[in-house]
Amino acid sequence: MALDIDIIKRLPGFTLRVRLKAGDEIVGLLGASGSGKSMTLRCIAGIETPDEGVIILNGRPLFDSERKINLPPRRRKTGYLFQSAALFPNMTVEQNILCVLKGKTREEKRRAVEGVLSRMGLENLGKRYPSELSGGQKQRAALARILVTQPDIIMLDEPFSALDTYLRWQLEQELAAVLRDFTGTSLFVSHNRDEVYRLCDSIAVLSGGQIAASGDKWEIFNNPQSHSACLLTGCKNITPARQTGGLSIAATDWGVTLQAAALPPEPVRYAGIRAHDIAFADSPALPNTFPYELVEEMRDTFSYIFMVRLSPNARPLRLEMSREQYRALGRLPPYVQLPPEKLLLLTRD
Amino acid sequence: MDYSPLWISLRTACVATVFSVALGLVAAYYAVRLGRVLKGLVDGILTLPIILPPTVCGYFLLLFFGVSGPGGRLFEALFHERVVFSWYAPIISATVVAFPLFYRTMRGAFEEFDRTLIHSGQTLGLSGAFIFWRVILPNCRPSLVAGTVLAFARALGEFGATIMLAGNIPGKTTTISIAVYSAMAAGQTELAKKWVLIDLAISFAAMLIMNFAGGGARRRDTGVAR
Repeated sequence: MALDIDIIKRLPGFTLRVRLKAGDEIVGLLGASGSGKSMTLRCIAGIETPDEGVIILNGRPLFDSERKINLPPRRRKTGYLFQSAALFPNMTVEQNILCVLKGKTREEKRRAVEGVLSRMGLENLGKRYPSELSGGQKQRAALARILVTQPDIIMLDEPFSALDTYLRWQLEQELAAVLRDFTGTSLFVSHNRDEVYRLCDSIAVLSGGQIAASGDKWEIFNNPQSHSACLLTGCKNITPARQTGGLSIAATDWGVTLQAAALPPEPVRYAGIRAHDIAFADSPALPNTFPYELVEEMRDTFSYIFMVRLSPNARPLRLEMSREQYRALGRLPPYVQLPPEKLLLLTRD
Repeated sequence: MDYSPLWISLRTACVATVFSVALGLVAAYYAVRLGRVLKGLVDGILTLPIILPPTVCGYFLLLFFGVSGPGGRLFEALFHERVVFSWYAPIISATVVAFPLFYRTMRGAFEEFDRTLIHSGQTLGLSGAFIFWRVILPNCRPSLVAGTVLAFARALGEFGATIMLAGNIPGKTTTISIAVYSAMAAGQTELAKKWVLIDLAISFAAMLIMNFAGGGARRRDTGVAR
């Protein structure tokens, strides 16, 4: 049971080249808008046709340009949850679900509808029209409609984008429960790293139509390898960098030379460090400890943000800490430290 | 008073509306899927009958369905009958001028239709026919009703093309519009007035029926829970 994609699709702005393998897990497709995330889902669903390549789902070829296979969307068994939910406005929730059930007796259909409605917490909303539902209820009803078709894969295209923060969180938990129960592959498209991090097992980062990085989510966050993956995983401090012999790395934009804990096999092109990983220090004893100039100090909802400059005219770094940490600090120490083991060394764009 | 123009008009308008709706749905459905250049061309040709003066339209119909025209010859070969001045000539001319109104209205509705509804239907395994009849059409109901009313009204009022192709044969091709004209031409103003009143009544009734039929869909769209 798995998904295996290797496709090329030429689009007006860029060329989409996606090569991705996924087992029975929840895969997060992380990318900025316009990076080709939705287009990838549309190709899998058969709404768009790639120019070349293969798409295999559970051993079943959905698309193969060489063997001239291109199954129509309705034979692909791909569950696609659209941003807008895409419920049929002329039918009630029940009718929306009933109309996709095929080859069953009336009794079986009724039971299937009741079952899925109660599972999605929509027991009393079966008789409502989509326009009478909230955003979260619409998404749940749309997911219920997908589940009764027993798809081989569930694809979610930014399902929370139309919801406000509170509903988002609630729906996310409900969705997580459904996806955990689902036995096939799930693809979750988002530009929000936190959502992806919480919901998914593994992550593929899409940038400019290409997979910039893919693999286990811990691995991607701890070692993003590419500039775009590093940015999309939320790293605030990135600089062009080059190796200057030994474990030394010149961090061009920051105006300092850093010591790495270890070097990657390929030449380092960028260096990054997360805002939480930079620490204040009282003495310059530890490696990568620098005096700094405080450019700005900001108070966020639950944390403090400091913009610090390590050398004159260099680009400031962003340093973040919780209020508790800040209070424990008392006055600001004179140095900042960039721990070598926390440096993200990036070898690709 | 000879009431045959009433029946001929009703028959003509109803049959022409049915034809316009059927042909217009097919044409609009496929026109939306054409490329830009081809669509412009097809659109131009299909819309021509409402831009041309009806008599010019009638002239072309005569050319086409005349004894030596391709349509006329085909008809004669199939049914051993001539189209010109026959009882169904008014239906043909009314269909030709009423069709574009329905076609244009539906094409606009199909173009604006939310494609994700179609895509979601497809990924859920629904057939193209189901999506068309149960998803697209019900959600295009206001346009469907508006287009039908327009086509019916145009077919009922058809005069120019009809007089060219069907002539004025009482009991066979004389519709209400033609009856009004010939009554006035013969100085029978009282008769003309009667036909005018009858025509008003039919038009008004048709509008009422159609508006009533189109109103049902709106309640669901307001989002007010019942």
